[in-house]
Amino acid sequence: MDAFLNTFFNFEIMAQALPLLLKGAFMTLKLCSVVILCGLIGGLGLALAALSPNKLLKWVSVVWIDFFRAFPPLVLLVFVYSGLPFAGIKMSPFMAVVVAFFLNNSAYFAEVFRAGIKSIPRGQSEAARATGLSTAQAMFHVILPQAVRNVLPDLLSNTVEVVKLTSLASVVSLSELLYSANMARSVTYNASPLVLAAGLYLLVLWPLVRVTSRYQRGLAVN
Amino acid sequence: MNADRTMLEITALEKRFDQTEVLKNIDLRVREGEMVFVIGPSGSGKSTMLRCCNRLEEPTSGAIMIDGQRITDIPRRDLDRMRLKVGMVFQGFHLYPHMSVVKNVMLAQTKALKRPAAEAEARALEMLDQVGLRHKADAMPNELSGGQQQRVAIARALALDPKVMLFDEPTSALDPELVGSVLKVMKDLRAKGMTMLVVSHEMAFAREAADRVIFMDGGYVVEQGTPDEVFGNPKSDRLKSFLARVLNTDEDAA
Repeated sequence: MDAFLNTFFNFEIMAQALPLLLKGAFMTLKLCSVVILCGLIGGLGLALAALSPNKLLKWVSVVWIDFFRAFPPLVLLVFVYSGLPFAGIKMSPFMAVVVAFFLNNSAYFAEVFRAGIKSIPRGQSEAARATGLSTAQAMFHVILPQAVRNVLPDLLSNTVEVVKLTSLASVVSLSELLYSANMARSVTYNASPLVLAAGLYLLVLWPLVRVTSRYQRGLAVN
Repeated sequence: MNADRTMLEITALEKRFDQTEVLKNIDLRVREGEMVFVIGPSGSGKSTMLRCCNRLEEPTSGAIMIDGQRITDIPRRDLDRMRLKVGMVFQGFHLYPHMSVVKNVMLAQTKALKRPAAEAEARALEMLDQVGLRHKADAMPNELSGGQQQRVAIARALALDPKVMLFDEPTSALDPELVGSVLKVMKDLRAKGMTMLVVSHEMAFAREAADRVIFMDGGYVVEQGTPDEVFGNPKSDRLKSFLARVLNTDEDAA
């Protein structure tokens, strides 16, 4: 039992590793903010394009969305980081992660937005257009606020996925939370930093998950 | 107000959805300040005709003039400005559920008419007052009854100072006891000189309040005239049988 505690819950080693892990956690948060922000904006753009009356725009964005939802994110990341340099496109690990996960994530957000927008009855946009609002005004003032409210749980759970996804960045040696923890593990030859990292992930994700399922239940009741 | 001035004129309007010809050849005229009712069996194209008047539907051919402007010639990108002149009230109200009542009435004023917010709010409250719902200004739409929602929808359209109001079965989705409040608002509007084209099944109200009644069937205007002429002395067999059917629904239901 002592050996187990010593290997996984060694508080001395955890305390030593904590500054490094916090730095890693900070990188994870930075990564998440950029990927989520870009993903939301890109996803909204893609969703609007996919619902556009312009056939070409619609077709291109639907194929784009399907492609990047089907593409495994780790493969995408390795390709962007290690494959694209062969074409002369070289990125820092941070940029590679942002680009790869933006491509992946905006496709997921697009699908969520698209479902949300389609859930709003036609009468809403007709009423808005009948009062002289432009297509864009009807979308941003009438349709989207309702659509976002309808798919808020899905947007939130997609956000949770992004946080988990960023741990893949350790593969390209970006010193985010998992990478830092693993580094500390190899230096101290002790698994406690990994446990600490898992704890930090939980600390961030658990409240998010809770809020999401609460909200979903709320919707079900209404 | 000039009672002889034509406010809305439809000439040889035709509308086809794929293979189905919904409107075959519609001619219709509404003078300034008139309240004209359009009646007819469901599927006769009444709503489609109305929706062509603000280009929610694109006519296949024919012309529509509103307030001296040939709105069928307006390019798509200029439709928004034209629609400010044509208020529309839908069967399903379509209030924006995420906004308070007063914000519903303000939105198009500030975004489409570019009125300053304070002015838009004052105008919204004035219009809500006119439909008897000023005290509900801060309520959310889902807190209102159907009749109240429809009156807010009317206020929302009126706040833009339209030249014509189009009503697409405004009371069909309402419980019977709520119909009266909406009809009263329409009657008040009529008294104020608003030009109105109304698609409705409220025969008693049409008879009492309309200036003229138009009977549509199978994509054509079959008969038109004053309420007394149309209801009291129908000429065509189709109108006679339609009236016999709708005026006997009470007995059918019993």
